[in-house]
Amino acid sequence: MAERERRIAPPYGGVFSARTRVLEREDLHRAIWRMAHEVIERNHGLDRVEVIGLQTGGVPIAERLAEALQAIEGVELEVGRLDVAFYRDDIGLRPVLPEAVTHIPFDIDGRIVVLVDDVLFTGRTIRAALNALNDYGRARAVQLAVMIDRGHRELPIRPDFVGKNLPTRRDEVVDVHADGVDLGEMRR
Amino acid sequence: MAPLRHLLSIEDLGGAAGIEEVLRLTDSFVEVSERAIPRVPALRGKTVASLFYEDSTRTRLSFEAAAKRLSADTMSFSVSSSSVKKGESLRDTALTIEAMGVDAIVVRHSSSGAPQRVASWVGASVVNAGDGWHEHPTQALLDLYTIRQRLGGLDGRHIAVVGDVKHSRVARSDVLAFTALGATVTLVAPGTLLPPDLTGWPVETSHDLDAVLPNVDVVYLLRMQRERMTEALVPSLREYTARFGLTVRRAGRLADGAIVMHPGPMNRGVEIAPEVADLPASTIVDQVRNGVAVRMAVLYLLLGAGTDRVPTTDALALDPEEPLRRPAEVDA
Repeated sequence: MAERERRIAPPYGGVFSARTRVLEREDLHRAIWRMAHEVIERNHGLDRVEVIGLQTGGVPIAERLAEALQAIEGVELEVGRLDVAFYRDDIGLRPVLPEAVTHIPFDIDGRIVVLVDDVLFTGRTIRAALNALNDYGRARAVQLAVMIDRGHRELPIRPDFVGKNLPTRRDEVVDVHADGVDLGEMRR
Repeated sequence: MAPLRHLLSIEDLGGAAGIEEVLRLTDSFVEVSERAIPRVPALRGKTVASLFYEDSTRTRLSFEAAAKRLSADTMSFSVSSSSVKKGESLRDTALTIEAMGVDAIVVRHSSSGAPQRVASWVGASVVNAGDGWHEHPTQALLDLYTIRQRLGGLDGRHIAVVGDVKHSRVARSDVLAFTALGATVTLVAPGTLLPPDLTGWPVETSHDLDAVLPNVDVVYLLRMQRERMTEALVPSLREYTARFGLTVRRAGRLADGAIVMHPGPMNRGVEIAPEVADLPASTIVDQVRNGVAVRMAVLYLLLGAGTDRVPTTDALALDPEEPLRRPAEVDA
């Protein structure tokens, strides 16, 4: 699971222990294909669309989504990678370090940016991502695609494309990986 | 890596792992520096003061640029136009600056150990920007970053540090940093410009630059401090150049792919020939450029990421489902 989740999910520095498999590998892929179709439908094609994954959990999902988008529409699509560490609102409250370097190989001015993350929780990461994107240019629109929406929002943020809505307790942890999605908790 | 409170010596980073952490973080800040708007809000509301008791252009500007790109506020203090002229002590000056509410103080001083003293007096984080003959840790970090950028890594590399090692804080920090990441260091200088006692230093020494040059990946030239000439440590600058300067002829002896580094300010024609300083092998401009990103990483580690305060948002949040229990129930 993402190192960030490990650090910020109580108990801090604990080990993730899975309880339930909520999505199997095949479900994950079906969800990505469906979301790809929804992205194309919403934007009437991909003419103005760029895909940016959030480091690090969102990047593999963004790459899969881009693969599906390319296969459906037959166009080339580069995937951007965005790390939002320097835009977080909890700097100084806990150790906040970037997990990987940001790499956005295209101009986002006037484009429709589809932000991709693995799990949507409080919405604070997305808030930081919106601020970060602002420093790269003025996107025509920003849409949000997440594999899991687990609720507990602390900001008025809503996803446009969702793999699965998963009701959770606050102290539970969701782990999205290549083989599927697990729900569990952190243990010392 | 344990939270970093001050950066006074390369050793504060706790060896290779800590140094690598700074370099990794620097990658992110290099990306920030390349943007159209090279600024992130990471240290909004923090104040960084520079306290320079010695002249400096590049280090001071570099720290200020780094602080500004992190959205921190900067305050600047130079001895020539300040209360020090009226006789204020280092301690009083440091406490005065701290009382104005600064989060980090960048100190340069001609006495070795001055930043350590300041760190013991104030609650703010202290960054050593060069103290006497002792250390200049951010210079060593930017040198490491530049070498890694050009050569891919430090492990197994051979680095010659040439010139006035005795009086050089850059050499001291560089030797610690280079060897921590697995490089071999050879100091090349006349005997009078080497420290009198090298016990415990993981280095070799040589007095013959021509013999060393073909075998190194990096030749690191130190500034020949003209002010030292009065101490008659070298017969003349011309003689120094003849034996230890990187002339065009000597640069021809360098192996393919070897790089030439200099911490600046350069004495063109003394330790480095003007033509050599402008060769593609020379990293001098890269070093300055990387310096800003490295200092962003250091300031961020000290003021942003290094905190060990208990996280508040999630850890202390009460479970909204749990009803308020009466004291009697809690005791039971």
